[in-house]
Amino acid sequence: MTMERRNFLKLLGAGAGAATLGLAGCATTNKAGARKVVVVGGGYGGTIAAKYIRMQDPTLEVTLIERNDHFISCPFSNLYIGGLMPDLSSLTIKYDQLATNHGIKVVQAEVTAIDAKAHVVKTSKGDFPYEKCVVSPGIDFRTNEIKGYDPEIMPHAWKAGPQTVLLRKQLEAMKPGGTVILSIPLAPFRCPPGPYERTSMIAMYLKQNKPGSKIIVLDANPDIVSKKGLFLKGWKKHYEGIIDYRPAKKVTEVDNKNMSVLVEGIEEIKGDVINIIPPQKAGAIAHTAGLVGADGKWCPVRSFDFESRNHPDIHVIGDSSIAGAMPKSGYSANSEAKVCATNIVAMMNGRKMTEMSAINTCYSYLSAKEAVSVTGVYRVNASTQAIEAVPGSVGVSADLSETEAMYAESWIRNILHEMST
Amino acid sequence: MRRKLSVMTLALGAMVVSAAAYAIPPTAEILSYACAGCHGTSGASAGPSMPSLAGQNKAFFVDAMKKFKSGERTGTVMARLAKGYSDEQIVAMADFFAKQKRASQTTEIDPALVAQGKVVYDNACKRCHLESGKEFEEDTPVVAGQWLKYLQIQMGEFRDGKRKISDKKAEKVKSLTAADWEAAAHFYASQK
Repeated sequence: MTMERRNFLKLLGAGAGAATLGLAGCATTNKAGARKVVVVGGGYGGTIAAKYIRMQDPTLEVTLIERNDHFISCPFSNLYIGGLMPDLSSLTIKYDQLATNHGIKVVQAEVTAIDAKAHVVKTSKGDFPYEKCVVSPGIDFRTNEIKGYDPEIMPHAWKAGPQTVLLRKQLEAMKPGGTVILSIPLAPFRCPPGPYERTSMIAMYLKQNKPGSKIIVLDANPDIVSKKGLFLKGWKKHYEGIIDYRPAKKVTEVDNKNMSVLVEGIEEIKGDVINIIPPQKAGAIAHTAGLVGADGKWCPVRSFDFESRNHPDIHVIGDSSIAGAMPKSGYSANSEAKVCATNIVAMMNGRKMTEMSAINTCYSYLSAKEAVSVTGVYRVNASTQAIEAVPGSVGVSADLSETEAMYAESWIRNILHEMST
Repeated sequence: MRRKLSVMTLALGAMVVSAAAYAIPPTAEILSYACAGCHGTSGASAGPSMPSLAGQNKAFFVDAMKKFKSGERTGTVMARLAKGYSDEQIVAMADFFAKQKRASQTTEIDPALVAQGKVVYDNACKRCHLESGKEFEEDTPVVAGQWLKYLQIQMGEFRDGKRKISDKKAEKVKSLTAADWEAAAHFYASQK
């Protein structure tokens, strides 16, 4: 504890308690919402926030609102695209066990608005008042930045489900000797190594099933964003002559009839299958609810409990939030949800909050049997209050590894099990 | 709320106060919850190659993390993640997981190998891995009820010299064959 903080607490005396009371005290502007938490979004962040709130305080009423009756994981969906999985069933979770095991009310509805002042989440199935609200809506796309973009013709497959299936079907239908185009947006986007894993999985599929085919990767970024050395090594080892990686190539326009893309409005490139991963922003509800910051894209939050900088008592976790050094990944969302849940429970019970500690662990497959990982442990910097990586904890695998692929398989099983039970 | 806080801050003088000043350092819970994405809620793993941490011997946990941190024990992600924690935080996490109820798995296990494994256990393991691996002495790990796959990976590393065998263990296990290791893995995995 720093001198400053110790003095501060001493000065406050019982006031430390008073301050906490202050934090909790202002919460209930709506009596109907007292002791109620509403969680918006049933993905990597939302399920865990709901579960860990109930685990720590079963007297709180927790409602999880999600538009679908199931969730399909984006992590590992590249393996399906590459042909390593017959379908998406092993990546699909339902909410019934989570609801029963933890006494979470799961409501399948579309959230239309959040009235931050009245503390009410408005949905297609009525109003849900809250004392605290957790918003974990994932991403949406800035499709207006790609002229002519139509995901039914050039799928993004960056939200797992029908889009993922569409991309695989297009690959299966492609003639041998064809060209696949993969367009990567400027960072930040969901899952930094994801596009390069997808490149590997598509290249693997082409190598095995479509002789003479190639994949042109048009990356808007000046270089490979994540795990660069490992991807380059894997591509050289397995996919020489199949992957044509081109940095600093931002796709700005598409021609759906000619099946071509325009780079910076000038250079036209034709493809048989075109996978456009558009530039991204926080999920739609984050915009509707006024949670997005000055950049118009992502949600600024307080570092140790993920409370929105725009609206008190609304917490934003996962891909939508600006979480300092933490990447936009499934594991980050899981870990952020626990920090958020713990401090929501603390605040609602007049206890002191706890400084955040979180992890990211993320695997990428390079071939059917080899994977690589990136890790990081995250904390709050005492002087800047920003989320930073703990030195030494951030790093990538030394090499492509079959052992890591084995661990990756257990990663997905554990994390989906944790979300669904 | 923000107005209230800033008024209070002013009242306290020019001190720079962020809301984090009300926060306590990371607790055992908040540190340990972060592990559950890979090791399962409360340390009960649902992934065959990932060990359960629930009910693990505190001394073993601390020793393993410190060895990952120093590089004495090689690993994949753990060799990096362990560097993210202070020794005090490692002890707090060890304490958290030691208090959780030990998990057991429903792995497919070969009963004949379990019987063989019992013989191996009685001859070579039981002096340190007490009560069929459910209990421990000093810094030995609780191994009962771990996933078969995980046990096979770790025992393979001992067998192949990739994971260092402690002196007291080396003496007992140097004569074990690959079949003995495999049988012992089945024996431990079968424990409820």
